[in-house]
Amino acid sequence: MANLSRLVRRLALLFHRERFRGELDEEMAFHREQTERELIGDGMSADRARSEAMRRFGNPASLRERTHEAVGFRLETVLQDLRFALRLLRRSPGFTALAILILALGMGTCVAIFGFVDAALLRPLPYPDAGRLVDVNENATLWPRSPLSYPDYLDWKRINHSLSALDLYNGTGYLLTTPSGTEPVPGVRVTDGFFRTLGVRPLLGRDFLPGEDRAGSGRVVMLSYGTWVKRFGSRSDIVGRVVTLSGDAYTIVGVLPRDFQFAPQGQAEFWAPLNTLTHCEQRRSCHSLWGFGRLREGVTVQAALADLESIAKQLERQYPESNRDQGASVAPFSEIVLGNVRPVLVTLLCGAALLLVIACVNVASLLLVRSESRRREVAVRGALGARPARLVRQFLTEGLLLAALGSGAGCLVAVWMMSLLTKVVPEDMASGMPFLASVGMNSHTGLFAAGVALLAAALMTVTPVLRLSFRQIRAGLSEDGRTAAGRIWNRMGANLVVVELAVAVVLLVGAGLLAQSFYRLLHVPVGFDPSHLATVDLEAPASIQMQDAKLSTLDREIVRHISALPGVQSAGIASMPPVVCNCNTDWIRIAGKPFHGEHNEVNHRNVTAGYLATLRAPLLRGRMFTEADDGHSPNVVIINQALVRKYFGNENPIGQKIGDDDLSPNSMREVVGVVGDVREGALDADIWPTLYVPIQQSQDSDFTLVVRSSGDEAALLPTLVSALHRIDPGLGVYNEYTMSQRIELTPTALLHRFSTWLVVGFAAIALVLGMVGLYGVIAYSVSSRTREIGIRMAVGAQRSAIYRMVLSQAARLTGLGAGIGIVCSAASSLLIRDLLFGVKALDAPTLAGVAILLGAAAMAASFYPAHRAASLNPMNALREE
Amino acid sequence: MSKTQPDLLPGTLDMLILKTLTRAPLHGYGIAQSIKRLSDEVLTVEEGSLYPALQRLLLQGWVKAEWKMTDTRRRARYYTLTATGRKQLGLELSQFEQMIEAIGRVLRDAEA
Repeated sequence: MANLSRLVRRLALLFHRERFRGELDEEMAFHREQTERELIGDGMSADRARSEAMRRFGNPASLRERTHEAVGFRLETVLQDLRFALRLLRRSPGFTALAILILALGMGTCVAIFGFVDAALLRPLPYPDAGRLVDVNENATLWPRSPLSYPDYLDWKRINHSLSALDLYNGTGYLLTTPSGTEPVPGVRVTDGFFRTLGVRPLLGRDFLPGEDRAGSGRVVMLSYGTWVKRFGSRSDIVGRVVTLSGDAYTIVGVLPRDFQFAPQGQAEFWAPLNTLTHCEQRRSCHSLWGFGRLREGVTVQAALADLESIAKQLERQYPESNRDQGASVAPFSEIVLGNVRPVLVTLLCGAALLLVIACVNVASLLLVRSESRRREVAVRGALGARPARLVRQFLTEGLLLAALGSGAGCLVAVWMMSLLTKVVPEDMASGMPFLASVGMNSHTGLFAAGVALLAAALMTVTPVLRLSFRQIRAGLSEDGRTAAGRIWNRMGANLVVVELAVAVVLLVGAGLLAQSFYRLLHVPVGFDPSHLATVDLEAPASIQMQDAKLSTLDREIVRHISALPGVQSAGIASMPPVVCNCNTDWIRIAGKPFHGEHNEVNHRNVTAGYLATLRAPLLRGRMFTEADDGHSPNVVIINQALVRKYFGNENPIGQKIGDDDLSPNSMREVVGVVGDVREGALDADIWPTLYVPIQQSQDSDFTLVVRSSGDEAALLPTLVSALHRIDPGLGVYNEYTMSQRIELTPTALLHRFSTWLVVGFAAIALVLGMVGLYGVIAYSVSSRTREIGIRMAVGAQRSAIYRMVLSQAARLTGLGAGIGIVCSAASSLLIRDLLFGVKALDAPTLAGVAILLGAAAMAASFYPAHRAASLNPMNALREE
Repeated sequence: MSKTQPDLLPGTLDMLILKTLTRAPLHGYGIAQSIKRLSDEVLTVEEGSLYPALQRLLLQGWVKAEWKMTDTRRRARYYTLTATGRKQLGLELSQFEQMIEAIGRVLRDAEA
């Protein structure tokens, strides 16, 4: 009851604040009058009595406040503080906007990057119990992770006791007949347990039945959700319908859920059981199927690896020709999805964190300058009766308000950045990064943002409060408040700016190294002339696949028609274009050389007669292929320099014979030419030995057309597509790109591009913030030394000496910042060395460049204050203050 | 405000105000004067503590306030003791006496 009535009284007070204050004032005035009257009664003069009464009564404002505090709500004074803080911030909009902008930028970047890290590293795979999913494959001399062969898979699956399931997938292409013509669509062939092992249930229909991946079972297919929506209009009666893929009729048995993703085959539209094996797939030496499995309860990756290694050893003994040196490779499945993204993300997070540090330091030093200029205000308020606790609370409120505004803006920046960065990732690449879908503001990023906001708030409240040592209040009022305080500020502000500059140097060095890597990567020798090349991927019509004679005719037709197009200089076809991967390999053996059953792995490319010439790959020895090298002429081969180096040394390889492991007669080919090393693999991969075989002697159903144009190759692409459709409407035509686009769109180049641009962006912001900080310190120092400078000039100092004085202070700070920064960047560069290409982690030119850049920027930032100092009129300077 | 004057024991101001009001309603100045006079000018109530204390007592409901005219025809706020205030005074007095007695015993014992 008592509590309730107290509350009512408090509420009444809150609503009748004005009356409360009026009554209190009246009461106190009455008190003073009575005292005055009493004093006059004692014989004091009226004037003296009045001032004595005032003195005795004390500070009415303070009394009023304490009275109010005794009865009012705490909240009310908080609101008061808040109103006052808002008024202050409004009064200096420049400071407010700058502080909020800097905070928002620093925090937004950090939270946005964390969003990606969280999605990618903390929740990488969208499957139940994903931690037990492992990538299970073989391990060969040149490939730490090489696909399984089907017979090996069957043995591994049967014998192992560390996996509860082992499944295969193999990306493939289907030709889908649509109303607008034939369209090549990506598909995947999987073993029957594929979806059960992942833990995915279909949205409609059923999963593949056990046994449905055995030879002779029916042709069935499951659809990706997107395919169901896009191609089949989300019809609910889709299950049981028939779709024709590459000429075969498949029954649709299910539709996958909307959020289903499988990163290694991100864009697949059709999923079919692996129940028809190609000739190659039936062999134990044909490695084309990727495996993954689920660990049994309590089994570690290492234990599974040991288990599978021992099986591989057993198979090696059993099948020495095919399985020699074929070990096992087991890794968490998340490694496969994230492998190359992880270092990039970690680097970016570190960069963003550094940026946040700079931003916070910058805002803190802004606050310092402000608290410096408010020393007198504080002193006056203290003298008027504001108690220290109350003043501290005022500053806390201001800091918190600023931090709250900055963090709010920071969250907006973060949301915007996350959606921007997600959109910037090209679709091909995004489909391999299932975690991108879960990037955004969620509980994790929200918590992280809250943590960052708290840190920022702590920093922004503590800095000015520490600055205001309240014992000095009276000193601040009496003294001119410049000398001692100015010195402290100079020291603190200078320390902060050194931190900023050092961090900026670390980011600049990182940016410099990454930018150089990126440049070197794009300018790595590719061994051919990539300019003016247009390329199109093709898939032979379903009706003639696997029919060599018809495929031969098709190849010739395509080259003949395309070469005749206006603007086309030459055209060629290859089973795979350059700069894709060191893959599609053969095991070779050279006739007359010692051989012990080792696997000599080389790239194998089938090409038309004009292909290598179209690329402008240099012919070093012998001859190129001609139209005469076909199925009726002797088998020939052209090899690259790397193959010569590795297997022939200084010998002349022309006329030598290369065959398979057994040197079986129909595999033997005579070397007729040597070409320079055309880069078949990724930009940052080693050059592998490669052999080129006439396409007329070794047919493929899918291949790439490469065309050298005399003009703009991009403009040629649509002409090529329509010409190809005219040649055969059943031809699958896709991926029309110029060669430069292909190179720039390789995953290696894209990853480097992203990390480079982001880190360069961070570094640029850091440099600007560091310079703003330096400018602040120098400008403050000049303004507080106005009188000193005046005296110096009055006693004869030259303007140049004043310039020197100011600039040397800036140079000292910059030098210190650069020095510390360079030492720190030595450590940070080692951390990012995985991302570097063609440049060492400790790169002297980069360090020198950064030092020069920082020095130039620092001189620019401090020139204006120096100029102002030097152009002071000594008389005015002395009169000031 | 000279240093020679002893400070009030903490917590005793409320009690003194309540006690002063037992005789008649008084305004703030009157309360201060009354305490000063009754203590032979030993205890001085500072205005800085008096008015916050009065507000506190009002809030607790131990005193009531109303504006009245003084003898000199000035408007002043008079404070009156309420029933709960009287009870509170009794409580505080008995606690205070217990404490004084206890302190006294300790001091006597120390002297003997």
